[in-house]
Amino acid sequence: MALYSEKVMDHFRNPRNVGFLEDANGVGEVGNAKCGDIMKMYLKIEDDIVRDVKFETFGCGSAIASSSMATELIKGQPVSEVRKLTNKAVAEALDGLPDYKMHCSVLAEEAIQAALEDYENRTNR
Amino acid sequence: MIYADNAATTRMSKTAKKALTEMMDGVWGNPSSLYVHGQKAREALEEAREKIAAAIGAEPREIIFTSGGSEADNQAIRSAAEIGKQKGKTHILSSTIEHHAVLHTLERLQKEGFEVELLPVSEKGMIRPEQVAEAIREDTCLVTVMYANNEIGTIQPIAEIGNICREKQVLFHTDAVQAIGHIPVNVREDQVDLLSASAHKFHGPKGIGFLYARKGVRLTSLIEGGAQERGKRAGTENVPAAAAMAAALEEAVARMPETAARLTAVRDRLIRGLGQIPHAALNGDAERRLPGNVNFCFEGIEGESLLLLLDDRGICASSGSACTSGSLDPSHVLLAIGRVHDVAHGSLRLSIGEDITDAEADQIIRDVKEVVAYLRGFSPIWRDLMAGKKPFIL
Repeated sequence: MALYSEKVMDHFRNPRNVGFLEDANGVGEVGNAKCGDIMKMYLKIEDDIVRDVKFETFGCGSAIASSSMATELIKGQPVSEVRKLTNKAVAEALDGLPDYKMHCSVLAEEAIQAALEDYENRTNR
Repeated sequence: MIYADNAATTRMSKTAKKALTEMMDGVWGNPSSLYVHGQKAREALEEAREKIAAAIGAEPREIIFTSGGSEADNQAIRSAAEIGKQKGKTHILSSTIEHHAVLHTLERLQKEGFEVELLPVSEKGMIRPEQVAEAIREDTCLVTVMYANNEIGTIQPIAEIGNICREKQVLFHTDAVQAIGHIPVNVREDQVDLLSASAHKFHGPKGIGFLYARKGVRLTSLIEGGAQERGKRAGTENVPAAAAMAAALEEAVARMPETAARLTAVRDRLIRGLGQIPHAALNGDAERRLPGNVNFCFEGIEGESLLLLLDDRGICASSGSACTSGSLDPSHVLLAIGRVHDVAHGSLRLSIGEDITDAEADQIIRDVKEVVAYLRGFSPIWRDLMAGKKPFIL
């Protein structure tokens, strides 16, 4: 038995959409180093669709896997759908997380919502 | 697999396994039974006690068998507290880097009315004997300082502290779980009154350890029942495990000079190699350090992901990051030596065993370098550090 599900380990070992987006128009960073998790999401939104997304994460295996899965879930989606993304959806897509790691999925949700907010602040100006 | 987590547990030695199975097969009687089959078990138990006593410079009657290091720590501290209480002394001195078996027992005693004072350690993780001398008061009933630290490997000046305590007539306990079988320990020379040890840290079986209590130090029972262990620890003795522990310790002590020299060489090879990683720092003292302990902090990464990726490469190690402890705080030891949270989360402990080869050590260095670089590659902290948005700590 392993600590994490196969899905978590897959996304941890081969994170999707990892990196940084030069031309992002929505950037969100949540968490703090004190607790040991920081997630940063870069969104490129065009015509209300998430055309591209990348992430950078400082954190444990489940934090990296949650970031990776969250980017998969929102890539190509309309902003209205992305807004509905919950941490539960991220955790379920990963075939579950240990109880004490659920906060990693919460961070993923929050990072994306923070990036969306940043996008909206920029566009509404 | 490269097993570099010997501070967590060790593999049982052939000698210990042989002793264990021989006892299980042939000497399985109850040492308290009067017939010959029982008395053979009694003899085996006492022989184990003699070997253990000899290994640390104690007398056999000063050794009692426990379920392990944690129980021994609990019993030693509770006993000293009880002795103190009867004399109206309720001040206990310890350090900020003790094992939780000590710290949590002290917290409990604090709730019961004892005053617990934890001495700070230096940035290398050392206690100075003068700190102890200055902090001892009229009402101090116990000083408890670990022999060697389980995370950062620092070896405390136990003989000097023991001397101070003996002069001031204060009981001195040391948690020697990481030291016994690895570095020379002699309870007479060190002037220790109480000492805890655990078999599985020196290639013995799990579930057994021992408590040394100097003759005249009255122990309090944690487990009530029969009169085993001179009435200080009830429950039928685990004779096979005791015999295996004794065999393991005897072997470890006999081989110690050779093993320690070899481990120290490989340890320093690892420290040199990992020290080449930029923005990394060794935790603990480079000299006064357990032969098999290496502990580093790498800035910009988190320890659990490092461990998982090393596991994928066949390397078993450990970390003081919060994610490996199940709490939000990283290791209390790393915080105590002044590592800030960000950095403490990125720690790696390697505790090597005597069978490690130079090639394996080099493999560890290569793998850690690669994994640290990979994780830094998508760490937002590292990006900020590299962009000069915040200063490097290490």
